[in-house]
Amino acid sequence: MDQTTQEAQTDFRGRRPRVPGEEAYLEVTDLQVRFPTADGVVQAVDGLTYSLPLGRTLAIVGESGSGKSVSSMAVMGLHDRKSTFMSGSIKIGGREIIGMSEQELNTVRGVEAAMIFQDPQSSMHPYFTVGDQIMESYRQHNKVSKKAAKTRAVEMLDRVGIPNPQRRVDQYPHEFSGGMRQRAMIAMALVNDPKLLIADEPTTALDVTVQAQILDLIADLQRDFGSAVVFITHDLGVVAEIADDILVMYAGNAVEHGPVEKILGTPLHPYAWGLLESIPAVSGTPGPLHPIPGAPPSLLAMPSGCAFHPRCEFRERVPGDMCRTLRPELIARTADTGRASRCHLKDPDRVFETEVLPRLP
Amino acid sequence: MTPSVKGVRKVEGAPLLELDDVKMHFSIKGDGLLSRGAKKVQAVDGVSFTLKEGETLGLVGESGCGKSTTARLITRLLEPTGGQIRFQGVDIAHMKERQLRPYRREIQLIFQDPYSSLNPRHTVGTIIGTALRTHDMVPKTGELKRVQELLEMVGLNPEHYNRYPHEFSGGQRQRIGIARALAARPKVIVADEPVSALDVSIQAQVMNLLENLRSELGIAFVFIAHDLGVVRHFCDRVAVMYLGRVVEEGGRDALYQQPHHPYTQALLSAVPDIGVVRGVPPKTRIRLQGDVPSPVDPPSGCRFRTRCWKAQDICATQDPALFDTAPTLHTACHFAEPPAESIVAAVN
Amino acid sequence: MLLYFLRRAASAISVIFATLVASYALFLLAPTDPVGTICGPKCTPDRAADISAALHLEDPALQQIGVYLKGIVAGREYEIGGTVRECDAPCLGYSFALGRPVTELIADALPVTLSIVLGGAVVYFSVGVLVGTLAARHRGTTLDRVAVGSSLTINSVPYFIVVLLVALYATNVVLPAAQYTSLLENPLAWASGLLAAWITLGLTNAASYTRYSRASMIESLGQDYVRTARSKGISERRVVYRHGVRAGLTPVVTIVGLDIAYQLTNTLFTESIFGLPGLGRLTLNAFNTYDLPVLLGSVLVGSTVLVTMNLIIDILYTFLDPRVRLA
Repeated sequence: MDQTTQEAQTDFRGRRPRVPGEEAYLEVTDLQVRFPTADGVVQAVDGLTYSLPLGRTLAIVGESGSGKSVSSMAVMGLHDRKSTFMSGSIKIGGREIIGMSEQELNTVRGVEAAMIFQDPQSSMHPYFTVGDQIMESYRQHNKVSKKAAKTRAVEMLDRVGIPNPQRRVDQYPHEFSGGMRQRAMIAMALVNDPKLLIADEPTTALDVTVQAQILDLIADLQRDFGSAVVFITHDLGVVAEIADDILVMYAGNAVEHGPVEKILGTPLHPYAWGLLESIPAVSGTPGPLHPIPGAPPSLLAMPSGCAFHPRCEFRERVPGDMCRTLRPELIARTADTGRASRCHLKDPDRVFETEVLPRLP
Repeated sequence: MTPSVKGVRKVEGAPLLELDDVKMHFSIKGDGLLSRGAKKVQAVDGVSFTLKEGETLGLVGESGCGKSTTARLITRLLEPTGGQIRFQGVDIAHMKERQLRPYRREIQLIFQDPYSSLNPRHTVGTIIGTALRTHDMVPKTGELKRVQELLEMVGLNPEHYNRYPHEFSGGQRQRIGIARALAARPKVIVADEPVSALDVSIQAQVMNLLENLRSELGIAFVFIAHDLGVVRHFCDRVAVMYLGRVVEEGGRDALYQQPHHPYTQALLSAVPDIGVVRGVPPKTRIRLQGDVPSPVDPPSGCRFRTRCWKAQDICATQDPALFDTAPTLHTACHFAEPPAESIVAAVN
Repeated sequence: MLLYFLRRAASAISVIFATLVASYALFLLAPTDPVGTICGPKCTPDRAADISAALHLEDPALQQIGVYLKGIVAGREYEIGGTVRECDAPCLGYSFALGRPVTELIADALPVTLSIVLGGAVVYFSVGVLVGTLAARHRGTTLDRVAVGSSLTINSVPYFIVVLLVALYATNVVLPAAQYTSLLENPLAWASGLLAAWITLGLTNAASYTRYSRASMIESLGQDYVRTARSKGISERRVVYRHGVRAGLTPVVTIVGLDIAYQLTNTLFTESIFGLPGLGRLTLNAFNTYDLPVLLGSVLVGSTVLVTMNLIIDILYTFLDPRVRLA
């Protein structure tokens, strides 16, 4: 009985559950992002598809070069048009972002969708006060006086837990500590109540105790604002703390997608297995690590077939050299249709149970 | 036992490396006429620990706790402003460069950033060869052979000795840095965040390499990292630093499972843990308020008291010293006690 | 903050003082023959004696410098050929060759030089920054290539050749003849007489400034905070001209300050070729006639200008970049 009441109030992490919206607010379909360079075309994102309703947090996980940041920058329309080829579709609240004029984009950015970045030190302008930078965003999208905007800025600083907001609002970013700067960034992003928040490694540059504060803050704000959050990170521990869903990216594409407890609990893609086996945990019995051999492929020359096959220890299990010749689709691999992975293995759930799980700490 | 290297006097029975009340106070340029030299950054303030042959000691803590400064003191890239650093019983804290040379060979440093710590204009062979020559490790004729041996030892293709650092990936560059450190056949390697710039899958490869080298060559490590999981994986003993001091030190299991210092408890509880999805009960969250105070003007008494939920009057007046709190565990806290049940449950 | 300024000002004054002592020693205390040099080829024993007495050359070195310093602070008198010449404070010496106090000569010449240099600075700063910013914003386009190409071309021609060409071909044809009229007297004549000099000085330097500001703007536009600004949905124009320019131009302002200081003491070519009676020409003439007091005076004024400009830049910087406040 105790158990059930407990579950009604908090989820497996002890956080209050959120009520997700029905319809997708962010819809990415077959997104391609390519950068032509002197050495050839960099295929940064290659056919990415996902959707996200309001009130839910999606963690995009991957290593450098996986396309997790590039795809999210594309959602915000932040790539330089002249040096980027994009195709596919990105819809925010039903509006198509790809091909949208710069002017029209500015009615989405900062209002409908906002972004916070990894390094709060370099992401805030050093020459303007924190208040100025928050007010600028507010006044761009609301016809209000300077005074009203400042009141709003103070209110936002207070909301994100900055003590003495009246005084802090007139200070410069360098007068803030790292954690406080990231709070200020969040205040700036949320000043117009955006429905979509993209957080690109927002805690990577922070110390662990400060990271915990910021994760709490983001989870808290999301519940209050009911927004959709895309949380980009390479840290599976952070994902376990904050996400509802995970999208695991490798070499420009999703290899696994589904609810967090499923994907981290019983992943079905060998790359996800490799990641889990590479992380030294702070709990459990310390054991040897089983790293994925080799290095991620060059985006200039992607492997044929499954992009992960050159590093995959299970490729021999798939008959007919399929991993090398045929690119698998992102589809449901088991009876569970709420999740999908991109792999040719016939029985990934059994392989995980019998071979991978025993090796995990 | 390896024969004593020329120049290094060995005192029998002494631990390999001992830090005794080591201090590093940097003067910051004051406002000239009025306050010159008045302000000091107490980057490291009274750190003591010992390292036995073949042992690995982890130093953990948040930015500004003095762990990297400690690394640079041990390798004598900095001269401490106080205390002793004894290598095999000999104090090297204030040695002049000439006397220091044989010790420099014995204590090698691996850097965090594999990009900036290798000279981009030199081939890998030159980089490692220079390390060999600096310490007169092999005759000129054997140099190439030794370079190739070292490359192979760190898992690189020995034929790639004539390539430049930019031709390697981040993980491979870190391997080059490790090969360079190994060239001197050191007894101690100080590794300052050696894997934190690397991607998860590459990080695990480099960790395994370091572990193999440790068990094969018997090298002792001072392993500095902010990632508590990485430190737990690699180290026999762990010291937790806060604002220039060691606040808790002990055997790996004791420290991770029964931390007695409130800061260690808070630090461990703040680490996001993937275990929750596999049924590990969620940890009791201890959320520290605010930020680490400035090392220019640290709090009186216990330095952690300004963020500590247990702080009482005594904490402001009396500086707690490390004392035995559990088997192999030493804690510097007036109110040291085992962690609450839920934390223990989560980490076991 | 105030303490910082006071300290900087004190160090500036000590630099000027050191220059004064060093140049005084170089010109008048060195074991050369200052009296003979100043007196010139048509020297008479009487005149030589006058000069020696007026300069206190018989006195000990320290006392000489003391007299000179006192003259700067309180003014002094020179007795030449039996008549007494007043030299009001700040007295920088007396030109025996021209028969006037050095301060007066410099006071006549300085406005000319200031007009040329500051006017030129307005031209090169605004043209350079504008073109540089445009080139940075449209990097890789034809506009950018033309801007960088012409900038390099202009800079590869020696400055005196540019001045000569303008003086020979452009003045009187396209541009009004170069001459100096006081700004207070007739602003229009002032501007038209200096136009040729401004354009010459302005365009050659604008070439360098185009490249400085282009490089600085490219760096600034690549910063994370510019990306943040874009993510806020503000217009591209505002992103570039508010966020980018603010950070991109701060280093350029420093260069302008140093360049102005440098040009104030190096307008020889411009002034000589256009025939404008500025500081450069005064110094050049003094050099030709061995007029040591005038040379000493211009060295002092020059070093004061340099030191002051440096001080101004430092102070300006604390306003431009909040991070260096308080230092």
